Amino acid sequence: MPIMAPTIEDALAPIRDGIMLAVPREVAGVPMEATRALIRRGVRDLHLVTLPTSSLQADMLIGAGCVAVLETSAVSLGEFGAAPRFTAALKAATIRIKDATCPALHAAFQAAEKGMPFMPLRGIIGSDVLAHRPDWRVIDNPFGADDPIVVLPAIRPDVALIHAPMADRAGNVWIGRQRELVTMAHASARTVVTVEKIIDSDLLDDPVLAAGTLPGFYVDAIAVAANGCWPLGLPDHYGADLLHLGEYARLAASADGFARYLDEYVHGRRAA
Amino acid sequence: MGLNERAMLTRSKDDPLPIRDEELLAEVITRVIGDVRHIAVGNASPIPAMAALLARERGHGMPYVSLLQSRRHNFFTDGGCELFDCAGQGRIDVFFLSGGEIDGAGNINLVGIGDHEKPRVRFPGSFGSAYLYYVVPKVVLFRTEHSRRTLVERVSFISAPGGSAPNIYRPGGPIALVTNRCLFSFDRERRRFRLESVHPGHSVAEIAANTGFDYDCPEIVQITPAPSEETLQLLRQVVAPQLAEVYPQFAAAMFGVTAR
Repeated sequence: MPIMAPTIEDALAPIRDGIMLAVPREVAGVPMEATRALIRRGVRDLHLVTLPTSSLQADMLIGAGCVAVLETSAVSLGEFGAAPRFTAALKAATIRIKDATCPALHAAFQAAEKGMPFMPLRGIIGSDVLAHRPDWRVIDNPFGADDPIVVLPAIRPDVALIHAPMADRAGNVWIGRQRELVTMAHASARTVVTVEKIIDSDLLDDPVLAAGTLPGFYVDAIAVAANGCWPLGLPDHYGADLLHLGEYARLAASADGFARYLDEYVHGRRAA
Repeated sequence: MGLNERAMLTRSKDDPLPIRDEELLAEVITRVIGDVRHIAVGNASPIPAMAALLARERGHGMPYVSLLQSRRHNFFTDGGCELFDCAGQGRIDVFFLSGGEIDGAGNINLVGIGDHEKPRVRFPGSFGSAYLYYVVPKVVLFRTEHSRRTLVERVSFISAPGGSAPNIYRPGGPIALVTNRCLFSFDRERRRFRLESVHPGHSVAEIAANTGFDYDCPEIVQITPAPSEETLQLLRQVVAPQLAEVYPQFAAAMFGVTAR
């Protein structure tokens, strides 16, 4: 049964330096409160894998020096422009990038959740994405004739970190329609979840809720983080804080500004 | 350049109602798409999203439109992979891609310029392009900055190629490139663009001066037709509020509307 952690910090204990950490795309409910806690703790050398893209979360983790390797299809602040710390880190070569494409990451996680070594995927051949991925191979379709197809090794993260609207006391987590969160948990050795709230009823008792539930079987630790996606939104629950995201984009444009942002919003130290 | 600072087109002296560049581009895209069953729109694509929603309004609910980041304009229930599964089966007819660089062979670069390990310029990443470009029959390339910086002879990094060898599974690929200055069509056999029409206020010479790749240019080039009054009404009164859910800043700057 999952540990119902008294604090977010306790729940994040499995996220140790150097592990492969899987995080969800920017619109699937991003555990930002937990991300700030990881930065405060000073986690280092993460192999960060986004399923399949990221925005603020990856940018902050990179800017705060928590990431050694990044595997992603894209990192961007969307309407707020390029992700400034991601861009700066890549240009300075302070992190290693494994460029991917969205369905390749989905497929590689699906391979892991099925316990398979690899997954084939159409497309990709002839791109420089493939040219820079020596771990991806091209084979001939064994059921066809002269039909080259890419195969991708399974991605089996050490920990998946997700946020969801609610969990019950048995540790079942309601993820609703954000199905890739289930894939992440299935594929990863451990899963850490923050939730808006804990409910008293059993999520698996109600067939409507059960269909959108990640069973506690796959979950290692749960902590409550109300408004835990802020300043991003939680789909079907609350929207993003656009003013704050604008402020982030302005501040994070420079290393000094990003440091000021961390001081104020992560470390809780007001600028003098 | 801010959205409000863009030059606005005027249809005629008699009609003072200005047409925004974005409205013209949405009209162009809608025409290029033609009659289809399902249009999907990815990240950071407000004008293609506008065009897709316009097509649906004109068709009284058809084609299906899937805006990737939308709750209301998106029927997917199987997570982020459903778009790609759908596309892999041929259930998506139209998608939109862009590039930090686009070249004359239809190759797109969403990754960067210079050494891949230490780039001089870095873009966000390839997103789903290295897959969707191959499997979606009608991919419309879209770039509002039409310059020699963006439309280049040869991209520095191929996120997704404009064409593939005959033995590569490839039912999809580019059909057109829409920019702030003009519309190009794409010939998949020859892997080459052709200038189809120049937007009002722009010229054939200007296109040549600002395009870094070779393309076919017919002797007489049409001027891109402006959207009709009915289209403008649809865009402003029906499409704009729908768009505000996913692109609040864009919708506010363009139309002064906020999400309902």
